[in-house]
This record gives sequence, structure tokens and C-alpha cells, in this order.
Amino acid sequence: MASTDDTLNSKGNSDLGLKLSRFRELGIIVFLIAVIGVTLIFKPNFLRPINIRSILLWIPLLVIIASGEMMVIITRGIDLSVGSMLAFSGIVVGMIFRDNPGFNIFSGVFLGILIGAGLGAINGLLIAWASIPPIITTLGTLSVYRGFVFIVSGSRQIDPNDVPTALIRWSQRGPFGLQWVPWVVIIAVAIAILAALFLKYTKRGRNIYAIGGNPDAAILRGIPVQSTIFLVYLITGAASGLAGIMYASRFGFVNPGKTGVGFELTVIAAVVIGGTNIFGGSGTVLGVFLGSLLLGTINVALSVLGVASTWQLAVYGFVILLAVTVDAVIQRELQRATTGE
Amino acid sequence: MITDKTDTQGQKGKGGMSQELPAIAASQQRSHRLRGNLAHPELVTVALIILAFIAGSALSPYFLDAAFLFNYTSLYIEVGIMAIGMTFIIISGNIDLSVASMLALVACVAGVLYFDLSIPLGITIVLSLALGTLLGTINGVLVTRLKLPALAVTLATLALYRGAAQVLMGDDSRPKLAWSRDVVFPEWFTGIHRVYITGTPIPVPFVIFLILALILGIVLHKTTFGRWVYAIGTNELAAHYSGIPTERLKIALFALSGLLSGLAGIIMVSRLSVARYDHARGWELDVITAVVLGGTDIFGGRGTMFGTVAAYLLIIILRTGMGVANIKADSQLAVIGSLLIIAILVSNLTGRLRRL
Repeated sequence: MASTDDTLNSKGNSDLGLKLSRFRELGIIVFLIAVIGVTLIFKPNFLRPINIRSILLWIPLLVIIASGEMMVIITRGIDLSVGSMLAFSGIVVGMIFRDNPGFNIFSGVFLGILIGAGLGAINGLLIAWASIPPIITTLGTLSVYRGFVFIVSGSRQIDPNDVPTALIRWSQRGPFGLQWVPWVVIIAVAIAILAALFLKYTKRGRNIYAIGGNPDAAILRGIPVQSTIFLVYLITGAASGLAGIMYASRFGFVNPGKTGVGFELTVIAAVVIGGTNIFGGSGTVLGVFLGSLLLGTINVALSVLGVASTWQLAVYGFVILLAVTVDAVIQRELQRATTGE
Repeated sequence: MITDKTDTQGQKGKGGMSQELPAIAASQQRSHRLRGNLAHPELVTVALIILAFIAGSALSPYFLDAAFLFNYTSLYIEVGIMAIGMTFIIISGNIDLSVASMLALVACVAGVLYFDLSIPLGITIVLSLALGTLLGTINGVLVTRLKLPALAVTLATLALYRGAAQVLMGDDSRPKLAWSRDVVFPEWFTGIHRVYITGTPIPVPFVIFLILALILGIVLHKTTFGRWVYAIGTNELAAHYSGIPTERLKIALFALSGLLSGLAGIIMVSRLSVARYDHARGWELDVITAVVLGGTDIFGGRGTMFGTVAAYLLIIILRTGMGVANIKADSQLAVIGSLLIIAILVSNLTGRLRRL
């Protein structure tokens, strides 16, 4: 499988690949429109501002972490510890807010990002320099960081009145009095754009694709493989740290046993649905953004349609399966097209 | 990622296990592999067990109470049983993230079959095991037919299977919360962990685990089928060209994983006397931890059943030890997680030293 990927890359068949990857994003949009259309038939007022707001509020946590996770998956890695990093940053900054009323919010956000980056750096060190496989490293740190969350917080939850109201307002109000596009959404979109620019226009960003496309060639080409791999885990950690603060803003609490538990699977789902190749080497921020939007829309549509919330998980599973199947078919077509020429 | 073992192994200079592969491997490589094999990563696990024993008995006098230790095995017996199937899956170069979800779905279906459809419990159990096998087969067919990485497929079925269990049962349970207390699973079925081998403090679930590990260990290490598992985990393409039915083999392995998860589901229902959709939620990671801690290479091709059993015992001893030392279950997480990383670090280092 990987060998065919490599030959594809070396043949430089980027035209066809580009067309098909555009088709991939188009596929998510079509699916998104279908979901909205079906919901509109049954509930004509589905696209009310309040529902749009609910859908948009789904994006921040997911898009911010998924942008980092996508870079990790492009390098053929995986990060399972994102939910625990999110919770650790949320709980530590939450405790600081609780114990120091009037603590500057922006300092809090900065601290959260720093804490996440620190945890991500530990992952990166173990993976890039100690050569421990990503899945094992992050499976281990998933437990370790979660354990730290319990130890640091003494198993105590951060309550809504511990979270500064100004921070909670980030999830309630937007710029120019736009009630239904809260600030957290704007921040997430800004970060997604930054991530896309980084991947597209910087040398480091291109190196991430090069390493995933063909690790051996990347070494021969003199790409600093280890430091680039370290960087993607650091970025994912920092993104999870920021998401921890966003979580506190949106939900108003941080619970050691609940916050971010199992979130790694939702994040990976968004990345996979967004068309990122699970074998590494390709993926776009736009796809991940659309994937997150799709998951959010499905979730809100289900509740608007009055489908019991018990269906949510099953529908997610089905959508992920559908997405990876579509990818498989596209890849097979891509293969057939190149070998046919 | 996981599927791409040849690349990653080459990159990191790791050797696979000495396999009877076609004579592709040069004799040099073969001797190199044999030397790598001497590292025996499961020895690290055994050393850790001894350390944990010493630490545990130093921490508390109750720790060495055999009955206490044996009772603790029942608490996580489902993890042990699922780890047996996962050992096959990971050695073959795959992964199954859906094990705990299959457990939950089988448990819920068993509850509905028995209470709502009044099917005799004996038949229900047989049907449940068949369902587990079917769910595993679906995973296997998706992996082989769609040619997708097992990680992506079983991530989807992880959500799908537990989702199906949730649709079936909602937030309720079987027997339902609202029902009279007389409507319960029959007495002969419940409380399997309170049944002991006569005259010993050994609970029945632990015996089931050991027997399964023994039988499937023999299958893995002493049969052609077992050799094939190592072969596809070392080099799937080479295995295919040497005439191994790789697709059917993979489907069989996922089916085995499903069957064992189904059995774990039945044991869990017996142990807790109730079926719920959130049984064993998140335990897939514990199962993988147990297998990898036992020295099985996450990229496939290397590992032993003995290692998995040893790692399971290590986790039990550690949890018991930390329990008697009053370390909270939540904080124990940090220890198990660090252990996983340290075990791999140590076996990486010893492997590297041996190669010098």
C-alpha cells in the first residue's frame, strides 16, 4: 500500500491527485448539504440563528485540536493523548482562576497554551528521539496526563463560578454584537487559517508532507525529520492546551473524570472524515474544518429532529465508516488511473 | 502508521522475529534477527512483576494474602480475555479498537434476548457468542475488502457497535431499573467471580482466562496457523506470495477477537448481574496496554502469549498493591501509563546495546 503511494508521489501525478482531493472536499460539502436538506424537509426552521450558533459552537474545540492531529497523522503518527492534555490545561488554569480572582484572562490563555505545549513536547521527545512508536507513547501519556489531572486537582471539579465570566462570554457573544458567531468560533477559524498557511507556505510545513509521503526520501533529502516530528506533537499539545481554556469557556466547568475523556476519537474522526490519508502524506485544513462542521451539523440536526441522543454514537460510527470507504474507493480509482496511463 | 511496518522498522533498524520466510532474508540478516530475538522483551515484564511484588509486600502486610490477590484478578478479567485475542491481532500487524464496544453490544443483546424475547439463557449465551464472532468478522471483512487500515475501520466500529448498544438499551439496563427486583438473571448465571475452584482461593474467571491463554498460546506458537500470524505481521506481501491465505487469515483473527470480546461480555454480565451500554467503556486502551506491556511489537511480527499473561498479572499486582497502599484508582492511571512507556524504553535500550 505504502509502496504504491510512494510511486505515485515520485511520478509527480499531482494534477490528478489535486483534482481528486478537491473532489474529496466537494464530497463532504455535498454530504453536508444533504444532511441540512433532509433536516429542512422535516424541520423547515432548522437554520434558525440559535441552531446555527449551536452548530458553530461545535467547531472550536474540534477544529483547533484536529488541525494539529492532522499534521501528526500526515507524518504517519497518531496522538491519542489530546483529551488528557486538554483536561490538564483546563484544570490547572481553572485552578489558577479559582485561587486568584481577577487573574488576567489572556495570561490564562497563554499559560494554557504553554502547559499544552509542554505536554506535547514530552510526547514529541519520546517519539522523535527515544523512538517509541507514536501509538504507544500517546497511549501511555493518555493515562499519565489523566492521572496528573486527578492528582493536581485532588479530584475536585472547577465549578462555573470559578471560571471568569469574561471567559464564559467568549462562547456567548461575538464581535459587532453578532450573537450567533461567538468569539471562540472566530478564534478557531483564525487558528485554522494560520495552520493552513503554515502547511502551505513555510518550509517546515512542506517538510511535514514530505516526511509523511516518503520518510526514507525525506532523510536522504536532508529534511530534519526528528525536529519536524517533535514540532507536530508540540503543536498538537499547544492546540489541546488552548482547547482546554475553550472548554472552560464553553461549558463553564472542568471535571477531572469527564472533560476530554474519549475526545481523541472524535478528533481522529473529524480528521479522517476530512479526507486526511490515514497512511500519511496528505490532508488539508479545509477538509478537517469541513469534517468538524459535518460532525457538528449532524449532532445538532439529530437533536432538532427529535432523534433520541442515544443514536448519536451509532450515526458517528456510520459516518466515519462511510468516509473511509469513500476514501478507499477514490484511492483505488487514483491507482487505476495512474497504472492505466 | 501501524500498517507500514516495513518502512518504520527499516527506519529504526529494528529486526523482526526469526521467521521461516522465503529465503529473501540474507543469512546475515537472519543471524542479526536471532540476536535481536534474544532480547526477549517479556523478560522486562517478568522483572517488573518481581519488583512490584517486593514493593507491594513492603507497602502492606495484606498484599501477600493470596485470596485477596486472586479476587483482584476478577475485577479486570475481561481485559485479560480480550488481550488474548488482541495478541494475535497485533502480532499480525493489525489493531482492534472495537473490542470493548463488541463486549458492550454483546452484553446488551444478551440482556434483550433473555428478558424481552424470553429466550432461554443457555441459547442466549450461544447466540451472544455467535454475535461477537459476527461483529469481529465484519471488522475483518471491512479491513480486507476495503483494504483499509485496521485502525480506521475499528475506530468506526468502536463508535458503531457501542452506538448500536446505546440505541438498543438507551440509558436503561437489563434488568430494567423500573422492574421489580424479582426479575433478574437466574442465580446459576450470576456472580461467576464468587465461584472458586473447590478447596482453593482461585476464582473461576481466572481459570477460564488461563485455559484460554494456554490453548490459544499453543495455537499461536505451535501450529501452522500461528506461524502464519507471525508471517503476515512480518511481511504481508511476502506471506501472500508464499501461499498464505492472508485475507481469510485476517478475517479469522478479527473473528477470534470478536468471539473473545463476546465471551468477556457474558462474563461481565454474570459478574455485575446487569447489562448496560456503557460496560467496559474505554477499556480498549487497557487491553492494548496489556499486550504491548507484554513485549508484543506494536508493528507486528513479534510477541508471545506468555508476555501478555505476564503483563496482565503485572497490571493486577500493581493495581492490588496500589489499592492496599491507598492510592486512588484515578491516580493509578499515571503509574500504568508510565510503566508502558518505561517498558518500551527499556526494551529499546537493551535491544540497542545488544546490537553494538
